[in-house]
Amino acid sequence: MQHSVEIRDLVRTFKSKDHVVKALDRVSISIAEGEIFGLLGPNGAGKTTLIKILSTLLLPTSGEAYVGGFNVVKESNKVRRIISLVSGGETPGYGILSTSENLWFFSQLYGLSSSAAKEEIKRLMADLDFKEYAKTRMSKLSTGYKQRLNLARGLLNDPRILFLDEPTLGLDVLTSKKLRGYIVDWAKSEKKGTVLLTTHYMAEADEMCDRVAIIDRGRILACDSPLKLKEKLRENVVMKVEVSSVQADFTFMEKMAGVVGYSQTRSIQTNTTTLKVMVRDEPIFSQITSNLEAQKLKILSISKAEPTLEDVYISLVGRGLEEEEATSTA
Amino acid sequence: MLDLKAAYARLWVRIKGGNREPEWLIAELIIPVLTLSAYVYMYKMLKAPPEFAGFVIVGGAMIAFWSNVLWNMSAQFYWEKETGNLEIYFVAPVSRMAILLGMALGGIVNTTLRAAAILVAGTLIFQVPFAIHEPLTAFLMFFLTIIALYALGMLFASLFLMYGREAWHTANLLQEPVHFLSGSYFPYRDLPSAAQLLASLIPLTFGLDGIRRVIILGEGITETWFDVVALAIFVLVLFPLAKYALNYMENLGKKEGRLTLRWQ
Repeated sequence: MQHSVEIRDLVRTFKSKDHVVKALDRVSISIAEGEIFGLLGPNGAGKTTLIKILSTLLLPTSGEAYVGGFNVVKESNKVRRIISLVSGGETPGYGILSTSENLWFFSQLYGLSSSAAKEEIKRLMADLDFKEYAKTRMSKLSTGYKQRLNLARGLLNDPRILFLDEPTLGLDVLTSKKLRGYIVDWAKSEKKGTVLLTTHYMAEADEMCDRVAIIDRGRILACDSPLKLKEKLRENVVMKVEVSSVQADFTFMEKMAGVVGYSQTRSIQTNTTTLKVMVRDEPIFSQITSNLEAQKLKILSISKAEPTLEDVYISLVGRGLEEEEATSTA
Repeated sequence: MLDLKAAYARLWVRIKGGNREPEWLIAELIIPVLTLSAYVYMYKMLKAPPEFAGFVIVGGAMIAFWSNVLWNMSAQFYWEKETGNLEIYFVAPVSRMAILLGMALGGIVNTTLRAAAILVAGTLIFQVPFAIHEPLTAFLMFFLTIIALYALGMLFASLFLMYGREAWHTANLLQEPVHFLSGSYFPYRDLPSAAQLLASLIPLTFGLDGIRRVIILGEGITETWFDVVALAIFVLVLFPLAKYALNYMENLGKKEGRLTLRWQ
């Protein structure tokens, strides 16, 4: 099988005045042509660092990376001819120019003829449902339409390999769904485009990716198809419990044998916390409910859940992605 | 071909963006004319020779290029970084110098339009006496001044690329001293020798001196050859230096991880 992206023992460190941070720690991945590959992890896990190295914006500290068969350090200009990078939450372009003017400008960075560029711009704007905004100034577009523009920009040069860094960050459900569907169709079309996607949305990775690598603190913890990753959890039991407080303390579970991990989602509006806990055997779960009752918490519902990618993450890291986010932002 | 297309596209963006909204007439024509009017009236009050009004008008027109170089050329990569465009430029298979060249040419077109408007408005209002005997020398002097200035802008752009807001402060520091040393509103030859030595590090000094002598005092190439040679040296040194600095800063940025890092 031909690999579009090949990464071997990649290390990247960042030095500050008093310490060294290892953003990537001996990362090795191979991505096949036509594959949609997801990098799943919290903020600061190393996802963007990896994408920046592959898109020639950053040099690795050690190790090697090849994109389309070209070395990202020694043959960076050849790499740039076959890739494109779309970062979520970014609005590249010039606010004073219209949507189609911005796209024309970006097409010229890849040497497209003006007529071919205009045709391609029309097609992409129609496909992504924003052709009625062709003459609208970019500064007047909503976040969702700016992101459509950003994706259209990324596809203008017909890249062989598309890097998507959190492409649906901050978008509404419908726009996210539209963009996800378009990316999958693009990759699975005859041209067999390869996509490397970073995300911290579990459902996005589950829905789009052929394979997913879970990355945490610069290290790849697992790498397989979403289905196979979830199947590995079949021996565990995932339970969901809703309790009537946002003050509940679940740290007691960290010392309990048989608890693989847990995550919690607090809702201030309803004053409830939903606990998702993964245990090795179901009887352990009764100890957990007893402990919750001892805290005078009212258990509103209990249900058994099918394993998701989030549970895979919990089983590998010991806690949920949302909590990692909260910890890293704090 | 790819680099030419990219340079043309960046030039097009600058011209389109710079002229789409007519507000520029206030900031870049009316206000500069008001500023130089103050100097012209002061010289008139002091009963200075009428050529002094011409010196001020030419200075006012040429200083527009310096402001453009400083804020729209040197600082442009800083803004491109903040808006996410820089990342797109550096991922594209295009030469970074082509992008800078496009910015520079666009800036030259826009600013020539503004400088010409200042020159025409000032000349009409204050009846400046011109004495152009060698139009080719005047054109050569103007051409070399602009090329040297924008080459300096390209060099500064690489500093902004890496040092962001620190370089921003440097640009702020450079604005007024350059206005003063280059003799924007008076002939720099009246400055003390030490100040003249400092002024000789700025291409605008020679450009202003040469252009004034050729178009106001009616001098020719035989009298102004020193200015031409000085400007040519600036061009020959600054262009390769800008290319080297840009490559160096790009590699350093990739090594240190600061190439697309914002709010530094």
